[in-house]
Amino acid sequence: MTAIDPTAHLTAEQIEELGRELDAIRDEVIASRGEKDAAYIRKVIAAQRKLELVSRGVLLFSMFPPAWLIGTAGLSVAKIMDNMEIGHNILHGQWDWMRDPKIHSTTWEWDHVSPADQWKHSHNELHHTYTNVVGKDNDLGYGIMRVDEDQKWHPFHLGQPLWNFLNACFFEYGIAAYDLELGRNLSKHRRKNPEFRARAKAVGRKIRKQVLKDYVIHPLLSGPSFLPTLAATFTANLVRNLWSHSVIMCGHFPEGVQVFERRSIKGETRGQWYLRQMMGSANISGSKAMHFMTGNLSHQIEHHLFPDLPSNRYAEVAVKVRALFEKYELEYVTGPLPKQVFSAWRKVFRLSLPNRKPEVETPDREQELVAA
Amino acid sequence: MTSATLRSRAWKLLEMVTTPLLPSDYLDLVSPLRAGADLRGRIEAVYPETGDAATIVIRPGRGWRGHRAGQYVRIGVDVDGVRLWRAYSLTSPARRQDGRVTITVKAIPDGKVSNHLVRRAKPGTLIQLDQATGDFVLPQATPAKVLYLTAGSGITPVMGMLRDTEFDDVVMVHCAPRPQDVIFRNELHDLVADKRLRLTEVHTDTDGMLDISRLGELVPDWAERETWACGPAGLLDAAEEHWRDHGVQERLHTERFRPSIVVAGDGGEVTFSSTGKTVDADGATPLLDVGEESGVLMPSGCRMGICFGCVTPLKAGAVRDLRTGEITEAEPGVLIQTCVSAAAGPCDIER
Ligand code: FES
Repeated sequence: MTAIDPTAHLTAEQIEELGRELDAIRDEVIASRGEKDAAYIRKVIAAQRKLELVSRGVLLFSMFPPAWLIGTAGLSVAKIMDNMEIGHNILHGQWDWMRDPKIHSTTWEWDHVSPADQWKHSHNELHHTYTNVVGKDNDLGYGIMRVDEDQKWHPFHLGQPLWNFLNACFFEYGIAAYDLELGRNLSKHRRKNPEFRARAKAVGRKIRKQVLKDYVIHPLLSGPSFLPTLAATFTANLVRNLWSHSVIMCGHFPEGVQVFERRSIKGETRGQWYLRQMMGSANISGSKAMHFMTGNLSHQIEHHLFPDLPSNRYAEVAVKVRALFEKYELEYVTGPLPKQVFSAWRKVFRLSLPNRKPEVETPDREQELVAA
Repeated sequence: MTSATLRSRAWKLLEMVTTPLLPSDYLDLVSPLRAGADLRGRIEAVYPETGDAATIVIRPGRGWRGHRAGQYVRIGVDVDGVRLWRAYSLTSPARRQDGRVTITVKAIPDGKVSNHLVRRAKPGTLIQLDQATGDFVLPQATPAKVLYLTAGSGITPVMGMLRDTEFDDVVMVHCAPRPQDVIFRNELHDLVADKRLRLTEVHTDTDGMLDISRLGELVPDWAERETWACGPAGLLDAAEEHWRDHGVQERLHTERFRPSIVVAGDGGEVTFSSTGKTVDADGATPLLDVGEESGVLMPSGCRMGICFGCVTPLKAGAVRDLRTGEITEAEPGVLIQTCVSAAAGPCDIER
């Protein structure tokens, strides 16, 4: 919906050709998927379990500050691994080809208050199909924020920096509410809808189990370390939430990312769908460790093009995808984490205010966006 | 409180500690073969038998309930990262001292699992196991005279029997292309030398196929013998006919290996087995559409292969991935994305 369509220079044939080239990249990975990839995810899962076990073990003695620090750090990392590199990717079906019923999108459950199947619907289905389509993709602002100039401003949006901050702290609850489409479903007559009630119940059950584990059972097991363990688990959840919120904000919010209108996706071809994913996503650059801790969502563009390819292959895919961006003269939005987080937050702040008056003749891109 | 209820309460508590995982997810890390775990086995050794057959020694998990000679076991092996299940006869005697079991596998051309097991399997590898099953077994009452009639890898269940139970009068007729293709040949010849077995080897490359109607020339008293036969379908069909013609069919016990071979074609008859609907489908229409058009309730989401909201068990037959052209054949536990799969021949979808 920006004033200048960054894909305007492409002909319809070029877009379809681009689609075919992307399909070829995908086929290559699928043909070469094998033992190494399977070994990778198994290794990551085993490492996560061991780390969580050891961290929880250390936290039994969390009344001693060094134990608290080590245990909390370990548990935070374990929770991040569970949600990002493991849970998110398995639930995308990235590892279904292994035919291992224990590592499968239909059986996996994660350390998160949103039950896996509900998240799969709102994330895999709605968000990934309708990426960045206003009104269809609720990830855009999670229904509580204004993320594009064309969205109508409302005084409620003045508070959006605060909503965003709270959402970051309690991100997993935000996601659960969002998967339930709580905002829409709390209206009087929808509340009674049996299907909604069943889903709400499932979320309630999941929350109860998670809370019981983190804030009752493990603290109790720690005996005299009850309170420090409680604080440790709270901290680990907070760290995990802040981290995943930051990573996810970088995926579609930074400046330079495009947002689309509902009518623009009518009768979309495969090539156009690919193009929308390319223009609607942004990457994070950084080290291997950084990619791992983001669950390879740092390769958001590649992930959106091929959501079901194993995450450990995104790095090699990224090289080829980037070459295509260059070939077709498109902007590959990427940058280091602090820069991308800052960019996303700046947008949140900027759009909390109504649009400024359009300015005349604005040469710089940033200004064009504001004027749009 | 009984100890059983106590244990189940303790387990419930443990589940609260490990949620959303299960305690077993952690225990599997350290002790995958423990009692109470999903049944698994560990490959402990692989011995070549012939150029294309090998015996795999497996230490089964504690949950293994044992087997009877002649039975088979289904094993799940990861080949190129993909778990594939196949059934193999157990070749070890039922009461082996060290608790291990063996299967003997012949690599068949293009056989993914058999080639992997014969040529690439390494000691230390974990595999998935089912309990042994099959009623190709010896009776409780000892028969006076026994005939084993086998061909190729059909010798494997019979070898399990031979090693398990000794009879006074045992004859074996075994067919293989050449002497060096006879699996267990040394062991068989040792038994012959010890006078515990009378053996006729038919080398089909030089002797031609065994003509069952002339079995009497090799084993004159065949009709008086309790017979166990295992080999290709042609041999078994002929044997069944021969025994029936002589009115002694109750003396013949046969074991058939994988009967159906899936032939991947283009389109075919699709059965939605839970709904009980059968329709014809072409090779280009997604099964999701085929189902919906015939009024079957099909789960779906993105309809373009990205959300995995449409995965459904493939019970039989084969489907083709419309994006890659890749063929997927039905096997236990195989799920397909109906929105990007079309019928590649007759198939059965659990919906
Ligand atoms: S409907 Fe989304 S993968 Fe089939």
